[in-house]
Amino acid sequence: MVITIDPPAAQIAPCLPAAGALVRDERPTVAPKDELSEQTQQMLAVRDRRDKRAFAALFDYYAPRLKGFVMRGGMDAAQAEEVVQEVMLTLWRKADQFDPERAQVSGWIYQITRNRQIDTVRRTARPMPEELREPEGHDPDPGQMLALEQETEELRGALARLKPDQREMIERAYLGELTHQEINTQTGVPLGTIKSRIRLGLERLRHELKELREP
Amino acid sequence: MSDIAHHIPEPILAAYAASSLPRVFEVVVATHISMCDSCRGALAAHEALGGTVLEGLAEAPVSDTLLAGVMDRLDHAQPDAAPAPKREGIYPGPVMAALKSRPPRWKSLGFGVKQAILEAGDDGSLRLLHIPPGRAVPDHGHNGLELTLVLQGSFSDETGAFGVGDLEVADGDLEHTPTAGEEAPCICLAATDAPLRFQSFVPRLLQPLFKI
Ligand SMILES: [Zn+2]
Repeated sequence: MVITIDPPAAQIAPCLPAAGALVRDERPTVAPKDELSEQTQQMLAVRDRRDKRAFAALFDYYAPRLKGFVMRGGMDAAQAEEVVQEVMLTLWRKADQFDPERAQVSGWIYQITRNRQIDTVRRTARPMPEELREPEGHDPDPGQMLALEQETEELRGALARLKPDQREMIERAYLGELTHQEINTQTGVPLGTIKSRIRLGLERLRHELKELREP
Repeated sequence: MSDIAHHIPEPILAAYAASSLPRVFEVVVATHISMCDSCRGALAAHEALGGTVLEGLAEAPVSDTLLAGVMDRLDHAQPDAAPAPKREGIYPGPVMAALKSRPPRWKSLGFGVKQAILEAGDDGSLRLLHIPPGRAVPDHGHNGLELTLVLQGSFSDETGAFGVGDLEVADGDLEHTPTAGEEAPCICLAATDAPLRFQSFVPRLLQPLFKI
């Protein structure tokens, strides 16, 4: 499947505007909050205000999807509900790691779920990359958050437009049913643009982390 | 960090995102991503696609009591048991985790080449290799996949030159003779899903003994 290969990273990222180069008033005047998806807004409420109603709303949205996802992997209903509970509790516990400039709620939940399933099977912690946390007082860029949502929306559209057998291959790949050797034919979901967008979020974060170290 | 030229191939990244990669390769992938923002971003893109798949699958209604059960536990949610090991020197966090936060236990393979086995099991082996400057590691072929990530120094072989952060992907067909750069000892993290077949240097019979 493709998983289209994109331009080398160097092409993607022209310099970000230096901090302060963009005066607040010059930013788009649209109230960005209104355009973020409900799930992103709820996740931010959980992260920033420990909002339990927002958490319950996320639960209502994701729990049945998660359960369906986990049962597709062969678990029975009772075990699947265990996993759903664990994943949702992890979401609550690790909410401070949610960074809407680099990830959407669904992608983050996907990652938590796969880790959880592997940890259960292997009974040891899954090897994970070093974390990259945003610094205290990080001021999120609403433009970046919105753009990432749009990219995710486009990904959803691309997936929906695939022929059924192609979509089936993608589903099987991300459900963990294919080996890396099997993940190699063309499928036509271009990941290049969302990759570039996430890279911008990463670069902004690196920039801030660097400034912290070299004030 | 920006000098990395050899990255993780897309199918391997996708398999890592989907957790369908053997554990020894996961360590190498997680280590490379710790050193490479390009692949960190690419992994997040695969996770975004995974999230899109998750959202699009058929829903399975959950029991009425499940939400209440989770809400009750929110205030008692346990923090993480142990924080993930941090980078030490040339060893990024995932390598420190595989080392169980202890220094590598090097064993000589002869001619100044050393290895430290981190994991060896049914799904493959993971080890650190230490090659003196300018020294060549003998020809070896592979039965399966081998991922080699440079942590210090450099090496080059028939397929190219590899510096810190670069990942070499060798499949069953490649027989190569990596030679360490002159500037420093080359230290690599290497994972295979099958025992290596050395063609010289160490007699075949000794392989089980040395676990190479
Ligand atoms: Zn890379």
